[in-house]
Amino acid sequence: MKDTISQNQPVIEAKGLNLVFQTADGPVQALKDVNLTVAKGDFVSFIGPSGCGKTTFLRAIAALEHPTSGTLTVNGMSPDEARRKRAYGYVFQAAGLYPWRTIRGNIKLPLEIMGFSKADQEERVQRVLELVELKGFGKKFPWQLSGGMQQRASIARALAFDADILLMDEPFGALDEIVRDRLNEEVLKLWARTGKTIGFVTHSIPEAVYLSTKIVVMSPRPGRITDVIDSPLPKERPLDIRDSREFIEIAHRVREGLRAGHHED
Amino acid sequence: MNRALPVLTVLLGILAIWYAAAVWMNATWVFDQAERAGTTVTWAEAIPQTMAQERPLLPPPHQVGAELWKGLFGQAVTSKRSLVYHGYVTFKGTMMGFGLGIVAGVLLAMAIVRFRVMDMGLMPWAIISQTIPIVALAPMIITLSSQLGLTARDVPKAIIAAYLSFFPVLVSMVKGLRSPDQMQLDLLKTYGAGEMATFLKLRLPASMPYFFASLKVAVAASLVGTIVGELPTGAIEGLGARMLIGSQFGEPLIMWAALFAAAILAGLLIVVVGVVERLAARRMGVRA
Repeated sequence: MKDTISQNQPVIEAKGLNLVFQTADGPVQALKDVNLTVAKGDFVSFIGPSGCGKTTFLRAIAALEHPTSGTLTVNGMSPDEARRKRAYGYVFQAAGLYPWRTIRGNIKLPLEIMGFSKADQEERVQRVLELVELKGFGKKFPWQLSGGMQQRASIARALAFDADILLMDEPFGALDEIVRDRLNEEVLKLWARTGKTIGFVTHSIPEAVYLSTKIVVMSPRPGRITDVIDSPLPKERPLDIRDSREFIEIAHRVREGLRAGHHED
Repeated sequence: MNRALPVLTVLLGILAIWYAAAVWMNATWVFDQAERAGTTVTWAEAIPQTMAQERPLLPPPHQVGAELWKGLFGQAVTSKRSLVYHGYVTFKGTMMGFGLGIVAGVLLAMAIVRFRVMDMGLMPWAIISQTIPIVALAPMIITLSSQLGLTARDVPKAIIAAYLSFFPVLVSMVKGLRSPDQMQLDLLKTYGAGEMATFLKLRLPASMPYFFASLKVAVAASLVGTIVGELPTGAIEGLGARMLIGSQFGEPLIMWAALFAAAILAGLLIVVVGVVERLAARRMGVRA
């Protein structure tokens, strides 16, 4: 019974969220009246042109930005509380591995800060390295790995402390198409295996459609949500699903949403 | 070999110019002597005499080399004439000043990066401190510290050396501690890392390349500071004192030998710092 309650409770819930940045050129409305509910196990993509507030929203969930008004809860708590409960792992656009630490050392970083025991640290490092298929690379330094492998290591680092939510801010934006396809497949596998809730910022339509159960289309000035699409695609998604009719239809709807947002300014 | 050739070429060039200058400068004395004796000398006779004077205006390289050899290996290293002995005194002062300078530089940098007030209040003074000529300040520091009852010369010398060497460390460390970008700071924030953890896990390791780059400058500055500290008010030990004695008693060979001993010491110190830097870099995973 208890399980169903927690199943039904939204993992991320935003109501009437506004966020205004004070800049030298005056206030900038980064988010305007954002309403969104994300359920447990959802894979949510945020897509839109730059300046639409998709990254700002993700950062607000992670308590890196603070909303000016409205409510935002993560696991029913404020984002700051959720951080203290280790509710989420964050993956940035650049892998951002410390060059002076080995891959193992980098994955240990959050564990050291959060005070996990030494034995527990080792065990977790091994487990997440296997999860992102980097087993045997623990002793390498970041520069010895390709860009795609570095980003996988940074995902492993975000997974190491068992957060329920994985927030990813254009994690594969700097990688080439082929590597990106492979990593997209791997992220889906990871998601299926771990059952995590994933928030994923991208500006690639195929990436958003391929990965998500829910696609949030946003548009700029002011940053707002223009469309939320619940994907009818099955959970099991081979790469060639991208040639299917349904896939093309969703992609079309996303494109229309993006274009509509653009017409308004 | 490819690297040695340009260095050797420059070295040969310097030696050639040096010999030419020695001939030209020392010849004046030879011709003066001859005139006073009522004789004349030709250039062919004068040149060999410019090479072996007891008090040449500019001693030629081989004379300096011989004096240096004598100073380094000619007597017991405990002798007051041994350049090894004086070099050790200077080395000791340099190390004390270097250590003090590193500690001061790092602590000040930490304060400046942490507190905005320190950044605004302290940094300008640090810069101004370096515009005051150390030769003007050195005697004051020595008199002041003897007034305070510090009769040992080590302390004022170390202070003078530290005065010069803290600055490069400070400037580099401020830059290094500030080098982590916003993304790296945000990452730590998502782990709920406090200020201490941010400093120890991110800022400090990120500043290490800057730190080591500054050490080479700092160690050289510290040596200069120590030598300057050995110059005034009757110091009798150290390469600086040796240089002063050479100049005051009209013994250019002593002066030049001490000068070269100081240069060798500087070279050795920089090599040692370079080795330490490379070892540290390898531990921190820098590409070979």
